Amino acid sequence: MASTAITANQTPKLNYLNNGHSLKSWLLTTDHKRIALLYLISVTFFFFLGGFFAMLIRLELLTPEGDLMQADTYNKAFTMHGMIMVFFFLIPVVPAVLGNFLVPLMIGAKDLAFPRINLLSWYLYIIAGTLFLHCMLNGGVDTGWTFYTPYSTVGSNTNVIEAGLAVFIAGFSSIFTGLNFIVTIHRMRAPGLTWDRLPLFIWSNYATSLIMILGTPVVAITIVLVAVERLFHLGIFDPRLGGDPLLFQHLFWFYSHPAVYIMILPSMGVMSELITCFSRKRVFGYNFVALSSIAIAVIGFLVWAHHMFVAGISLYAAMIFSFLTFFVGVPSAVKVFNWTATLYRGSISYATPMLYAFGFIGLFTIGGLTGLFLATLGIDVHVTDTYFVVAHFHYVMVGGVLMGYLGGLHFWWPKISGRMYPEGWAKLSALLVFVGFNLTFFPQFILGYVGMPRRYWQYPPEFQVLNVLSTAGASVLAVGYLLPMIYFLWSLKYGPIADSNPWNAAGLEWKTSSPPPTFNFDETPVVTWEAYNYDEIPEKELEAPVAR
Amino acid sequence: MQDSQATNGSATLTAYDHENPALRHHFADAQQQKNAASLGMWLFLVTEIMFFGGMFCAYLIYRLAHFNAFAAGSQQLSIKLGAFNTAVLIVSSVTVVLAVKAAEAGKRKLLTGYLVVTVLLGMTFLVVKGFEYAEKFEKHHVPGPTFNFTDKFDDNGQQIPVNPKEAELFFSLYFAMTGMHALHMIIGCGLFSTLAVLAWKGHYTPGYFTPIENAGLYWHLVDIIWIYLFPLLYLISRHS
Repeated sequence: MASTAITANQTPKLNYLNNGHSLKSWLLTTDHKRIALLYLISVTFFFFLGGFFAMLIRLELLTPEGDLMQADTYNKAFTMHGMIMVFFFLIPVVPAVLGNFLVPLMIGAKDLAFPRINLLSWYLYIIAGTLFLHCMLNGGVDTGWTFYTPYSTVGSNTNVIEAGLAVFIAGFSSIFTGLNFIVTIHRMRAPGLTWDRLPLFIWSNYATSLIMILGTPVVAITIVLVAVERLFHLGIFDPRLGGDPLLFQHLFWFYSHPAVYIMILPSMGVMSELITCFSRKRVFGYNFVALSSIAIAVIGFLVWAHHMFVAGISLYAAMIFSFLTFFVGVPSAVKVFNWTATLYRGSISYATPMLYAFGFIGLFTIGGLTGLFLATLGIDVHVTDTYFVVAHFHYVMVGGVLMGYLGGLHFWWPKISGRMYPEGWAKLSALLVFVGFNLTFFPQFILGYVGMPRRYWQYPPEFQVLNVLSTAGASVLAVGYLLPMIYFLWSLKYGPIADSNPWNAAGLEWKTSSPPPTFNFDETPVVTWEAYNYDEIPEKELEAPVAR
Repeated sequence: MQDSQATNGSATLTAYDHENPALRHHFADAQQQKNAASLGMWLFLVTEIMFFGGMFCAYLIYRLAHFNAFAAGSQQLSIKLGAFNTAVLIVSSVTVVLAVKAAEAGKRKLLTGYLVVTVLLGMTFLVVKGFEYAEKFEKHHVPGPTFNFTDKFDDNGQQIPVNPKEAELFFSLYFAMTGMHALHMIIGCGLFSTLAVLAWKGHYTPGYFTPIENAGLYWHLVDIIWIYLFPLLYLISRHS
């Protein structure tokens, strides 16, 4: 009976994809793998929508004059880009797609602990997204994704309340996902799968979930207070009425800085899986990598005011937050060094997921180190609200999160779809993404350093060369993102059929068939080995993925 | 077993096949399900604490910044009604504990009785709260265009004039915090009413009463939030 999983590919086996074809069987499913696919479709939609606004921004900035848009339209374009990408793409993307699919599989469980709450969280996401689309089509919002008061409460005459409500609801979707993951990881692990045998992807999703349940409620109540203040003209954040806009910034960044770690931690988890598999080695310093995720989650809650160095907080507070920001760099650096040490003397192969992993290491390092520049009080005063900041967080968000996500999506695509993607095209698009990304965002470091402020729709002519480079890079990047969508869809029908473990990888998710059966494992696995035991896995001829 | 399930194409495939209808298919046994549900509830309570935490934070900061106005605003609240409501909630927490005990012992009628009493106590709280709100409307202490506050802060005989805008801030936070708390009470009453109906129908057994326990945890948390709201809003700023 145990062998059915391995030989199942000969005859079409009942798996999670062909177990029911009706629309109802998808929209009312409680299967974590189907919900992951629902999320995959919806976050992809929002990614391209957010990308559309990014293209509008880059086109406007192609020339120094404000010729494509009015200033007000431009404000709305970058607000839409920011809100969509942050709340509807980056925060859910890796946990809700890859995490949803993989967490139960990796720990040998039949589903998440609360399958119906999992479905509810997707519906909340869809309700929030629909509300946001409605808001967008009715004129959009122009506050920037940060909802800063008093502009958002007394200044702006756009649909702030509706956008806030959408973010509020999306927040609950994320809270429920986090809650589900924590309970699942605590209570649903297969026999023998102790905490020190867990895949590092699980550790990083655990840390992410902690931030989701501790941080998100705070931003929820903050947005409620903004909405109430706007509706009833209260003065909670309005200095003319006794309130204090700084309080808003504190409450907002108390969530929104840790939210950055919600985005990056799951991608770091993906990285640990990719690096070990494609260098055929145990991860270097398992305990350090695992606990650095928790350390990032904890210390990440203590650094928020580095967004407010020029907002008028006391010098002593600024110094403490500066120090803590440097301190949170330590666990992030631990990860990067340990991945690099894992590569050392490994037998490295250059499949597409590994290309993304290499891209991640380089780009995240640049993004992280420029973060330390910004944590330095003097430099921060110089580059606050310039393109230097924009380049820094795009290096972390796009260079980090998105590289990890795409790498992971390629890596687990055979498990998700049962088919291989076309390796040649995939390598090309990985290259395009890397080149296009650097061409887009590296010039922005220079632009910011020489003084171009963010959020302006026109600029002095001497900035044009670098802006043209950036816009050209964005076009390359767009091709690099469109290609995977096309060949992933193509591979659903024409891709070579994948066996249960095409990468000869170590995790439990590779011990069930591809695609997995509805309840994941025919027999609950019993784990007797450490994570990433690549030295115990017999080398198999890594057949070129075009086999069969 | 494998083959028959693979061919009949039903949605069950190879989930655990349980006799117990209350046990969901993806759990190995009842203990695992109970542990999962209880941990999930505790985590949800953590999110609730963080949710209210934002408002407590705002309240404490503004109380420090505008102490006189907050003290004067606080004088306008009725300690009697507040204390009565505190007592009502403490008693309701006791009835919740008794309900869990009754469920554990399998006493269906007693369980239903305690659940109903809990709902009634919760409604009593809400009605009293309604009277307090009504009084605020009459005195124009509701933030907004009609807000009017001429009271002075009486610090041991000294009359200190109060900035009405700052007093409005006190009442804004008062309504935001007690309103959000009342919303949680309303949800709790709905929850316990549903539980009472299900309990009456014999839904819960000594082997399965996790929903009663978890709803009880929720109720206790809402009570505890009030236990903090009452002194913060009604008591600590008074001198006489």
